[in-house]
Amino acid sequence: MKKKNLDQREGIIDQTQKRGAWNEIFKARWPYAFISPFYILFMIFGAFPLVFSFILSFTNWKGTGALIFNNFGNYKLILDDKVFWQSMENGLILFFMYVPFQTLLACVLAVILNSKRVRGFRFFRTLIFMPYISSMVAAGFVFQLLFGSRNGLFNSILGFFSLPTIPWLDSVWGARVALCALIIWAWLGYNMVIILAGLQTISSELTEAAMIDGANSVQAFFLITIPLLRPVILFCVITSTIGSFNLFGELMSLFHATGGEGPLNATITPLLAVFGQAFHNFKLGYASTQAYVYFVLIFVVALLQLRFFNKEVD
Amino acid sequence: MNRKISRVLVDILLYGFLVVISLYMILPFVWMVSSSLKPESEIFSVPPIIFSKNMTLDAYKTVIVDGNILRVLVNTFIIAASATIARLFFCSLGGFGFAKYKFIGKGPLFAVLVATLVVPFSVTLIPLFVIMSRLKWTNTFLPLIIPGAASAFGIFFMRQYISTINNELLDSARIDGASEFSIFLRIILPIVAPGMTSLGLIFFMGSWNDFLWPLVILKKPELFTLPIAINQMIQSMIGRPVYSQQMAAAVISIIPLLIIFLVFQRRFVEGITAGAVKG
Repeated sequence: MKKKNLDQREGIIDQTQKRGAWNEIFKARWPYAFISPFYILFMIFGAFPLVFSFILSFTNWKGTGALIFNNFGNYKLILDDKVFWQSMENGLILFFMYVPFQTLLACVLAVILNSKRVRGFRFFRTLIFMPYISSMVAAGFVFQLLFGSRNGLFNSILGFFSLPTIPWLDSVWGARVALCALIIWAWLGYNMVIILAGLQTISSELTEAAMIDGANSVQAFFLITIPLLRPVILFCVITSTIGSFNLFGELMSLFHATGGEGPLNATITPLLAVFGQAFHNFKLGYASTQAYVYFVLIFVVALLQLRFFNKEVD
Repeated sequence: MNRKISRVLVDILLYGFLVVISLYMILPFVWMVSSSLKPESEIFSVPPIIFSKNMTLDAYKTVIVDGNILRVLVNTFIIAASATIARLFFCSLGGFGFAKYKFIGKGPLFAVLVATLVVPFSVTLIPLFVIMSRLKWTNTFLPLIIPGAASAFGIFFMRQYISTINNELLDSARIDGASEFSIFLRIILPIVAPGMTSLGLIFFMGSWNDFLWPLVILKKPELFTLPIAINQMIQSMIGRPVYSQQMAAAVISIIPLLIIFLVFQRRFVEGITAGAVKG
């Protein structure tokens, strides 16, 4: 059905075929020329690096000299690489710490702003979305001033009220909480804006009908709005998951004293691990192995999330 | 009467919730500006001072005069502007090709395009760096502009946008003897200008704030972009903490984007939501 529509729409081009084979080929050059920049750039800067990286992952190349294969040496090594697995674990921990909370908060905010009850839609949307534009390096540094263990703003406030201060950036869980606070600050508005756009595509009749049938607004929210928003929420969850494994700039500035790794590697991410192996230790081969193992694992996580969400539909 | 009271209570709760969240969103910005204007001695004073009586622009003076931050600002702008223009051109061109033509291999080619979206940058980072150093492109702006000049996301976005354009318009131009490329330049581009604005804003912001790739490529301070320069300032302060200057640099890095965001907010939000809601 869809295919047929497509053909009809492009009927104009088909008519030119009557003018002969040469004309047809001449005409067909154009779309190939138009799309070719992407494929040329992808061959050089995408496909080739993908293959090269895969080959590198079986070597202990350091950037110069011949490629010497060490078979599955790197893959054996990675099984015992505590830092790498810690980085994968951190991604998962961060996921559980902020993704459900942030997504729910974004949904609640979107529903509130979308309702006719609240005024100042644009004002609040602007304020909540604004952090999204800031550079993560700059943001990480401000949060260091807010969460600093000795003199940060939050600890000063706690101290002012004679409450015990919290070693935010110097303890494993404190560091993760501070990091989550930063991520939510930066990304809540982005998620909210996407869910708002999703809300505007669903009609309000269903929730209104449910309310007439006696459901309260909380029930309507969980039983009608949320299920209807499933595709949009899925998008938010998957992008947030991938994002939490790919943190980099914010870590470099928030935990600059430990090179972004945080206390006892509490905040190291796979991306940071790959970067460190490649550009600090110059183990380009082993870094490629880490990158590939990470690629495969994150792909599996994204697929599992897709399945999890699709199962709930039935 | 009772109903009215509960309505007012719910309103207070809703607005209270929104205000608390908004305050949390503003706090880091306020703290950034306030710390950049404070003398260093007051940054950690207890109780905290928001607007110091001894407000000073010294930090700005230092980052502009000694830190060469204006040079860095110009670098960032040159890279972001050229990357954005190149990407917009190639993405609209590619989007046009996919939206308005039928050709052999279109389906598989489009599938490849979408599949490239799942490849994380960490996998291609190392070979890309090797390529760039063999090409002697490190310490130039080229690696920050050329490899990303045609993005899969952008082509996908522009294809959606261009497919809504009426074919008769293109057909009548063809009858008038216009070449396919001039159809693209004269007819398609003006019509998709709003879409290009949305996409361009996302590209510009992405490039302006890009960190990892420029960090790998740019090693000479005179070539730094804002995130790299700020990072450099942060990394070099161990043992000798100076906070106001980093904050001044951060403020300088955020203000241009903030102005652009406030002016083009509607287009900005359109660009961000278009991909998510349809896909």
